Amino acid sequence: MKKFFNELLGKGDYRFMRRRALVVLMTALILVVLTGCQQEYKMSILDTAGTVAEVQKSLIWLSIYIMSFVVTVVTVILIYVLIRYRRKPGDDTPPKQVEGSTLLEVVWVLVPIILLAILAVPTVTTTFSLEKVQAGDNILNVKVTGAQFWWQFEYPDYGIVTAQELHIPTGTKVNLELETRDVLHSFWIPRLSGKTDLISGRTNFMWLEATEPGTYIGKCAELCGDGHGVMDFLVVAQEPADFEQWVANMKNPQTEPTSALSEQGQQVFAQSCASCHAVAGTDFAGTAGPDLTGFGNRQKVAGFWDQTDENMAKWIKDPASMKPGSLMPAVPLADEEIEALVAYLKDLK
Amino acid sequence: MAKKLEEVVTPSTPALRSGSKKGVWGWIYEWLTTVDHKRIGMIYMTIGIVYLAVGGIQALMMRAQLASPDNELFTGNFFNQLMTMHGTNMIFFAAMPLLFGLFNYIVPLQIGARDVAFPFMNALSVWLTFFGALLFNICWFFGDAPAAGWFAYAPLGLKTYSPGPGMDFYVLGLQIAGFGTLMGAINFIVTILNMRAPGMTLMRMPLFTWTAFISSVLVLFAFPPLTIGLFLYMFERIFGGIFFDAALGGNPILWQHLFWIFGHPEVYIVIVPAFGMVSEIVATFSNKRVFGYPTMVVAIVLIGFIGMGVWIHHLFTVGLGGMINAIFAVATMLVGIPTGIKVFNWLFTMWGGKIKFTTPMLFAIGFIPTFVIAGVTGVMLAAAPADYQFQDSYFVIAHFHYTLYGGVVFAVVGALYYWFPKFFGRMMHEGLGKWNFWTMFIGFHLTFFPMHFSGIFGMPRRVYTYNPGVGLELYNVLSTIGAYLMGVSVVLLVINILYGLTKGPKAANDPWGTGRTLEWAIPSPVPEYNFAQTPYVRGLDAWFIEKTEGKGKLQAAEPLGPIHMPSPSILPFIMAFGMFIAGLSIIYHQFFFTIIGLGIWAICMVVRSMNDDEGYHIPVEKIRSIEGEGA
Repeated sequence: MKKFFNELLGKGDYRFMRRRALVVLMTALILVVLTGCQQEYKMSILDTAGTVAEVQKSLIWLSIYIMSFVVTVVTVILIYVLIRYRRKPGDDTPPKQVEGSTLLEVVWVLVPIILLAILAVPTVTTTFSLEKVQAGDNILNVKVTGAQFWWQFEYPDYGIVTAQELHIPTGTKVNLELETRDVLHSFWIPRLSGKTDLISGRTNFMWLEATEPGTYIGKCAELCGDGHGVMDFLVVAQEPADFEQWVANMKNPQTEPTSALSEQGQQVFAQSCASCHAVAGTDFAGTAGPDLTGFGNRQKVAGFWDQTDENMAKWIKDPASMKPGSLMPAVPLADEEIEALVAYLKDLK
Repeated sequence: MAKKLEEVVTPSTPALRSGSKKGVWGWIYEWLTTVDHKRIGMIYMTIGIVYLAVGGIQALMMRAQLASPDNELFTGNFFNQLMTMHGTNMIFFAAMPLLFGLFNYIVPLQIGARDVAFPFMNALSVWLTFFGALLFNICWFFGDAPAAGWFAYAPLGLKTYSPGPGMDFYVLGLQIAGFGTLMGAINFIVTILNMRAPGMTLMRMPLFTWTAFISSVLVLFAFPPLTIGLFLYMFERIFGGIFFDAALGGNPILWQHLFWIFGHPEVYIVIVPAFGMVSEIVATFSNKRVFGYPTMVVAIVLIGFIGMGVWIHHLFTVGLGGMINAIFAVATMLVGIPTGIKVFNWLFTMWGGKIKFTTPMLFAIGFIPTFVIAGVTGVMLAAAPADYQFQDSYFVIAHFHYTLYGGVVFAVVGALYYWFPKFFGRMMHEGLGKWNFWTMFIGFHLTFFPMHFSGIFGMPRRVYTYNPGVGLELYNVLSTIGAYLMGVSVVLLVINILYGLTKGPKAANDPWGTGRTLEWAIPSPVPEYNFAQTPYVRGLDAWFIEKTEGKGKLQAAEPLGPIHMPSPSILPFIMAFGMFIAGLSIIYHQFFFTIIGLGIWAICMVVRSMNDDEGYHIPVEKIRSIEGEGA
C-alpha cells in the first residue's frame, strides 16, 4: 500500500511534508465547518419563500438525487479499479486485451436513458406550467422596467410607481411584465423565483407568488455594464392588509418637510434633483431617474447599501464612486446642502 | 526513378533540424517560414501556453477582488474588462491553440502521414491565430479593453453603450483568428480523410485522431455563424449598420442565436479532443486496448451531432416560450447518454488492466470523476425550470469550469506530459509532475467546487462584489485560495517543461513502454519526414500489434526512397500580418491602410499562385544517417 501511495504522490520520502500537509488540511477543514455554521443564507434557491421557487426547488432536488447516484457509482467503480488493477512492480506482460462487451454497453446506455426520462418528464411539465399568465380574482399586475443600474416598479391597477423596492402581498399571484430602457438585464429573486431576461424592444413575462412575509434580495443577473454587480433590489412581501396600507400611503404620501433643515432640503431638491426624480403628490416629476415617493421608508440606498445618513450623503456626493457607471451625476452641492437634502429625503414617507 | 527524383533537390534545401548553423536570426526565420506540421504544432502550443498564463493572471486578479465582500481592488469597468479578456483569451487563444497544436503534431503521426494535406495553409492558420490573438490583446495599449463579456451581448457591446475601441478589438481579433481556425479545421478534415497510411481504415484510427476529426467537422459548421455574427457586429459598430440595436429596429436576440449556434458547439470542439487524449492515455497506461472502441467512435459522433442542436439552453431565460425551452431541455439531456458511454468505457478499459500511475495517467484519472461532475451539473442545468434559477449564477461558472478546466486543461496537461518525449526526445520530471498534478487537482476542486454553492446561495456571475452577511464569504474565500494554488501548479508545469527541455533524461522511441499507436514506433524527437517508409497498418493499435505479434517494428508499405517535402515559405506570415494591419486600421477607421493590408494579402496570394514550387527531396543517405542502421 505504501508503494502505491509513493507511486501516486511521486517517489521519495515525503512523510514529514505529508504529515504537515495533513495538519494544515485538517485545520482548514475545521475552520471551514465552523465558519460554515455561522453563515446565514439570504439568497438561497433552496430556502424558498414562494410558489415558483418551490416548484423549481423540487426539480433541483430531484436532479441532485439522480446525479449524486451517478457520481457515486462512477467514483466507487473508479476507486475499486484503481486499487484492484494497479500494476505489480516488474510485471510487464500485457493483460488480456478485451474488445468490449455488448451486454455491459447496452446496460450503460439504458440506465442513463431511464434516469434522464425520470428527470425529463417533470422538466417538461413544469416548463409549461411556469409559462402561463396567471388569471383569477386574486392577481396583482406589476410592470418592471430595468435601467442602468436600477429598477422601476409600476402598479397599473393602483396607479403608483416606485423604484428599487417591489412591494407585493403574500398569497397573491403577481404577473410581471418586464421591459428594459437600455441594455439587457435579468430579473432574479433567488428565494421567490428563477430569472427572466429583460430584452430591448420586447416585453417579457413571468409570475411569482410569495408564501410568507419577508424581505427578499433581488439581483440583476445579466451583465449590463459597469454597475452590474450592485444592481440589486428588494422584494417586500407583506400580509395583504399591510400591503393595502402601503398602497394607500403611496397614493397619498407625506411630502411636507417636518423641520427647517428639511425645508431647505426641499429647495435643494427642487433645484438639483427634480429634473430627474419624481415624488408623487408634489410638482417634482422627472422620469430619468428612480421615483422617490416614500423614499424615507426604504431600506436601501441605491438598492444595495443600508439606508443610513452617511450612505445617503455619500451617494448624493458622488454616485459613481459607489455604483460605477451610474448615470446620476455628482451634482456639486455643499456639505450643508447635502445634509439638508438627506433630511428632506427621510421626510418622504 | 528514385535516382531522378534525387537530382531535383534544389540548392535552397533548408538544413535539417540538427544541422542548422545560422544563428539566432536564422533560427527565428526558420520558425517563421516553417510549413512542418510539427513545428507549427509547437508554435500553436506556445501561443496556447502564453495566453493560458495571460488569462490565468486575469483570473487571479478577479479572485483577489472577490476574496472578500465589499472589496474595492478592481471594480466596475476594469473588472468587466478582466472578465471579458479572461473568458475570450481562455477559449479562443489558450484552449483552441493548445488543441490545434496537439492535432497538428500528433494526428499526422497517428495516421502514418508525412504532413498535413495543405502545409502552406497550415502555416497561414497558425499565423492568423497568432495575429488575431495579438490584435485582441494589444487593446490594453490603446487604452480600452472590451467589457461586455466574452459573448458580447447587444446592445451592451454596441457603440451606444461601449463607445471605446475595446469591442472593436474583440470583433476584429476574433474574426482574424477565426479565419485561421476554419482553415485549420478544413486542413485536418482533408488530412484525416485522404492521407491515412495503407491499412489505416477509419475504424482503425486511434481515438485521438477520431476526436480531432469530429472536432474539426464541428469547427467547419460552427465557425461560419460566428464569422457572420462578427461581420454584422463590425458593420453595426464601425459602419453604422443596424442589426442588433432594438432602439433602431434591430433585434438583440439575433446576435444571441448567432453567437450560441457557434458558442455551444465550441464547447464540444474543445472537450471532444480531450476525450480522445484521455482514451489514449488510459489505454496506454492500463496496457489494454480501449474498451468498446466502436461504441466510443459512435459516442463521439453522437456528441458532436447532438451538440450542434442544443444552443437554445443558453437562452432559456430569454422568454422564447415553453415549447422551445422544453424541446431544447430534452435535447440537451440526450448529450448525457453518449457521454455516459465514454465514461464507463474508460472505467472498463482500466478494469482488468495493469495500471501504471505515471503523471499523464494521473491527469487522465483525475479527469474522469471531475468530468462526471461537469456532466451531471450540465444535465441539472438542462432542466429548464431549474435553469431559471441556475442561469448566469456561479453554479454555471462552476459547471463550465469543470468541463473546460477539469476537462480540457487536465486532459491537455496530461497529453503534454504524455507526448512531451515524442516532441523533444526528453522526459519531464515524474516527481515534479506528480506535485504538479496534486496541486492542480486540489487547487481546482477547491476553487470550483465551492462555486456550486455560491451559485445555489444566490451569487450571479460577473459581479465584482457582494454584500457581507448574505452567506457568500466562505465560498468565495475558498475559491480564491484554490485559484492561487492552481497558479502554483501552473508555475510547476512551466518549470517542468523547462527542466524537460534542458535536463530531462533522453527518451526512447516508445518511452512509456506501452505505447499503442504509430507515433511510438518512430524516433523521439520525430525526424522532419516522420516515417522513413510509410507504414502498413494491420489493425487498431498498430504499434501494439507489431510489438506483440510482429517483428517489433513497423511493416513498410513502400521501399526506402527520397522523401518529397514542401518548401518553407515566409508568405503565410506576411499574409497574416497584412490581415493584422487591415484589422487594426478598420478599428481606427483608417481605411486606406485597410486596403494596403488586404493588398498585401492579395499580392502574396498572386505570388504564391505564380510560383511553381516543386518542394525538395530528402536523399536516402540523409534518411539512413538519421534512422541509423535499422533503415
